[in-house]
Amino acid sequence: MKFAYYPGCASEGSGIEYHMSMERTAYILGFEIQELEDWNCCGATSGHNTDKLLSVALPARNLAIAERSGLNMVVAPCAACYSRHRYAEHTIQHDPEMRRKVEQVLELDLAGSTETLSILDVLVNKIGTETIAAKVVNPMTTMKAACYYGCLLVRPVEHTGFDDPEDPQTMDQIMKALGADPIDWSHKTECCGAALVTSRPDVGNPMLYRVLKDAKESGAECLVTACPLCMLNLDMRQAAIEKQFGEKLALPVYYITELLALACGDKPSQVGLEKHFVEAGTYLRTIEVRGAEARAAAEKAAQEAAEKARAKAEAAAAAKAAAAAKKAAKAEAASKAESADGQAAPAKEAAAGKPAASADGDQKKIDAFVAAFNKNPDKMAAKLVADEAQAGILVSALDDKKKSKLASLMVKDMELAKKAAAAYVQQELKKQGECQS
Amino acid sequence: MENSVLLSPADNHQKALIRKLEQEAGTSISLCYQCGKCTAGCPAAFAMDFPPRQVIRMLQLGLTDMALNSNSIWICASCETCSSRCPRGVDIASLMDTMRREALKRGKTDKKVAAFNKAFLSNVKNFGRTFEAGLLLRHNLVTGQPFKDMELGLPMLKRGKASPLPHMIKGRQEMKKIFERVDQFGGEQ
Repeated sequence: MKFAYYPGCASEGSGIEYHMSMERTAYILGFEIQELEDWNCCGATSGHNTDKLLSVALPARNLAIAERSGLNMVVAPCAACYSRHRYAEHTIQHDPEMRRKVEQVLELDLAGSTETLSILDVLVNKIGTETIAAKVVNPMTTMKAACYYGCLLVRPVEHTGFDDPEDPQTMDQIMKALGADPIDWSHKTECCGAALVTSRPDVGNPMLYRVLKDAKESGAECLVTACPLCMLNLDMRQAAIEKQFGEKLALPVYYITELLALACGDKPSQVGLEKHFVEAGTYLRTIEVRGAEARAAAEKAAQEAAEKARAKAEAAAAAKAAAAAKKAAKAEAASKAESADGQAAPAKEAAAGKPAASADGDQKKIDAFVAAFNKNPDKMAAKLVADEAQAGILVSALDDKKKSKLASLMVKDMELAKKAAAAYVQQELKKQGECQS
Repeated sequence: MENSVLLSPADNHQKALIRKLEQEAGTSISLCYQCGKCTAGCPAAFAMDFPPRQVIRMLQLGLTDMALNSNSIWICASCETCSSRCPRGVDIASLMDTMRREALKRGKTDKKVAAFNKAFLSNVKNFGRTFEAGLLLRHNLVTGQPFKDMELGLPMLKRGKASPLPHMIKGRQEMKKIFERVDQFGGEQ
């Protein structure tokens, strides 16, 4: 994937780390960025405060350069640059009169074919958080980060539209992919004071203080931004805010691209971390130690859980076996009771219908049948031999050995038992005949 | 009818101005029903002489001078919260922007904000890009506060976050022409 790249004026000065980490991010994630040739300043707030035509014409010159380069997707990491280029695109596409004026001012034709993208939109919707997560080698586990979107990445919705204007989530999603814990807080889209912090600190400073204070009170240990002006205010002006409001904040501030590159294995110097005003390296080392501990603890807990699950499975298997034995014992008791009434057959048939019955269970049934033969031989004989006289002969022929043989056959196969019984009758008749003769 | 209150006392001149402002801002002030949601969410309202809702009300009542003279339009940080929350779809931020430009034409402005904007745009016109360090220095000198943010200058230079010289683009001539042609169109948009 290839994008035209609009670095913005801050990339050459106060926001140099954003530029460095942006290039690292593209390299790590394998997408190309091609800097727009001889780009100019978008005019920012001063432009649209002064003249509407100028505020569209300045970014439109850059868009024309992008059109000429054949790259229609323009990534503008700075939130203000992004907003002004989106505004210009929107105007060129929807206001024909304004477009004509802009074309006259620039002395060229505009196709209106470009789409300027914020870095959050690119990372989440063009690259994807799974791709990012797959590249992470130093996860930011236990990092409590306040994702700060500020104003112009999410407002006005008709120019941005890639995220929710009140509770945006794209930066949070990226932070989660890096292994961090983004916190929930109320000032994620409140204004940091922007240029007012410089031009009217009496107005801008309280605005900036409220953002920092809410992050701190919501449990954040650092702030993450995607805007060089937000960074300038939150980071460079933080010491002055602490002094003015008499409150220690000590919140390191990071560009989202810095954290991404660092989580994917970059050294702090590669993204310019030492250039920050609020010392930013210590917290990352804290995270490294704390994260490793947390991961070890999580691993241990997972192992324990697995062990517990295994023990539980074993216990369940044992309980199941015990239940089966209990069931078999119950069946034995039942068949015993039935055979006491001379009603052993149904029990035996029921047992025959359950081939899963254990050998132990069979033996118990055999024993029950033997007992029934001893207790009530006539009834048992009647089950095996239909003829009453022959049944009587069978009873007279039964000894312990025959009883046990018949009982075991009755458990296994009723037909075999009947045949055996008939054979015993024939044997007995033969024996008696021999005696008589 | 003698005791009735006239709700739209604007004369024709004021009406024309309001129409012009609405057109340039791409919005309509008559949509506003004065709920105050814009003011409730405005992060800078605490510093304004008239909060956003009242500025819109002034326009509705034809009090254009009062609106254009208010410091509110210069305190507005263009954060767009009001516009994104307005239940009636009034683009208040765009109106504020338009009113700033109108006030500027009439020479009514917050000196510090105007000085900053002028310095910023002169950078863009001359170099094609913003020269941050030069801009801050110039702003501080023009506004008579030469020692403002002095403690930040050296650390920025040391960190390579402030270049001592401006970055100049090749198309500087082009930039000058853009500014000149915009001036020729001046007042038309």
